[in-house]
Amino acid sequence: MGAGHAHALYVHEHSPFHRLVPEVKIAAAVGMITCVAITPRQEVWAFALYAVIVMVLITISRVSPLFVLARLAAVAPFVVFALFIPFIGTGDTTTLWGIELSIDGLWATWNIIIKAVLGASISIVLTATTEVPDIIRGLGVLRVPALFTSIATFMIRYLELITEELGRMRVAMTARGYDPRWLYQARPIATSAGAMFVRSYERGERIHSAMLARGFTGEMPIFDRRRAGPVEWASAALLVSVFAVVALLAFTTS
Amino acid sequence: MVLAMHAPDGFLNPGTAVVTAVISMVVVGFSLRQARAQLSERAIPLAGIAAAFVFAAQMFNFPVASGTTGHLLGGALVAILLGPSVGTVVVTIVVVVQALVFADGGLTALGYNVLNMAVVTSYGGYAVFRLLRKVFPSTTGGVVGATGLAAWASVVMAAVAFSIEWLFGATAPIPFDQVFTAMVGVHSLIGIGEALVSAIAVGAVLAARPDLVFGARDLDRAQLEESRLPRTRTFVIGGVLVALLFATVVSQFAVDNPDGLEAVAVDKGFIDSGSDSAMAGSIFADYATEGISNETVSLAVAGIVGTIVTLAVAGGIFLALRERRGRSPAPV
Repeated sequence: MGAGHAHALYVHEHSPFHRLVPEVKIAAAVGMITCVAITPRQEVWAFALYAVIVMVLITISRVSPLFVLARLAAVAPFVVFALFIPFIGTGDTTTLWGIELSIDGLWATWNIIIKAVLGASISIVLTATTEVPDIIRGLGVLRVPALFTSIATFMIRYLELITEELGRMRVAMTARGYDPRWLYQARPIATSAGAMFVRSYERGERIHSAMLARGFTGEMPIFDRRRAGPVEWASAALLVSVFAVVALLAFTTS
Repeated sequence: MVLAMHAPDGFLNPGTAVVTAVISMVVVGFSLRQARAQLSERAIPLAGIAAAFVFAAQMFNFPVASGTTGHLLGGALVAILLGPSVGTVVVTIVVVVQALVFADGGLTALGYNVLNMAVVTSYGGYAVFRLLRKVFPSTTGGVVGATGLAAWASVVMAAVAFSIEWLFGATAPIPFDQVFTAMVGVHSLIGIGEALVSAIAVGAVLAARPDLVFGARDLDRAQLEESRLPRTRTFVIGGVLVALLFATVVSQFAVDNPDGLEAVAVDKGFIDSGSDSAMAGSIFADYATEGISNETVSLAVAGIVGTIVTLAVAGGIFLALRERRGRSPAPV
């Protein structure tokens, strides 16, 4: 409830990106976003090019542009922060509609917003075309420690359940006429968080016993699955190198 | 809160992103090994469920004032409940999954997001907790009080860590001392909610399953049963007072000093040379345009608070190491 994290962003579709092996997609996304992040901010044309490529990627992924826009809300607080910078920034100023604005600050606003939006859009394409367990498995192939990916898998498996349980506690409180408005009334919510921890922990212990009963030895079994072929890696490398060339050109012209 | 967490791509400069990523990877790698040693083969289900708990708790809003709500960050809370190493691992996984699966927070910003939200809150918060446990009585009230203050400190330390990263990696011409004052000021208020909810949550766990509170393993059951929890209102009032006091001290420190230094700069005649040093194109361009006076003060402030936060984090890591050695294997 509340912050809207409860459901993954996966969009069920059939596109080349949906079929791509997850580790290739993750590596490509990180590569592309890195290029965007290091591009000098005054090279506006470079960001325009990135934006065009990202729009092409969104089209290929068959994810609706409106869906991407809606999901971009995650960067909204930073956009708001960025919009304040020209008013409080230092350095040379310019006057726009009678208001003094910091030039450097305006560049900073542009820099933060464009990089946040491009980065988040690429991430959204990744998450919209890859199912959650596949993302985690992809991380494993990319040499993230097995303990880390196993814990993450467990977290995702039980996230919905625990969120629901917390939601039910909240509903139960509301049903009994409890509607706190001030921080000093937060005690029941805090105690239910504590109760929730105990329940979660005990559930973890039960799951552990059940796993032991099924022959668990401390490592999660790895199932055979399709590995990325040279063609897939090459296409990802091509995509990233397009971004890299743009970034490089931006550096040379700046 | 929003500014310290889930920063998007390119919010700090590439150098800062790389350095914080390396630091985070080293500390999280260490924490993973510690967590495995502490929980053995139970690590996967228990830490997994704990991560789901933190994730869910971050969605669970509590009231703040007249209809506005806040939510838990949970770093200090999990560190106290499960130990700082497991806490770091758990919150890191939450942050990484939020970025990778929910596109919340930049992928190239993971270095500083993990450092601020997981490493600093868990190890820093736990170190403060242990320090306070030495001062407070060994009762439920003592543990709960120490939890509250440690949770508050963990949020403030995350804000401090962000401000220091801003000093090195700013992408906007806002001087460090302004960012520092604003971040620490806002977070010392946000921290009150974190403190209250963490403290009461630990109190509730102590009442139901005292054996599950890592930070209170030294207490015996008899002590726990006779002592009672402090009242919520006492907490809120105490929290507000501490936060206000802290915010006042910090703002004095951060705002008055530049004025003093600027006066010196004017006397010495180098304030003009300081403010003209615009170096467009360089990664540190925005930082350099701040001018000499701010830079000096910034470095001093950053140096002092940075040392304190680093000491706290290092202390937490040290505690995690030491407690591992002195601990017999937990019953399954």
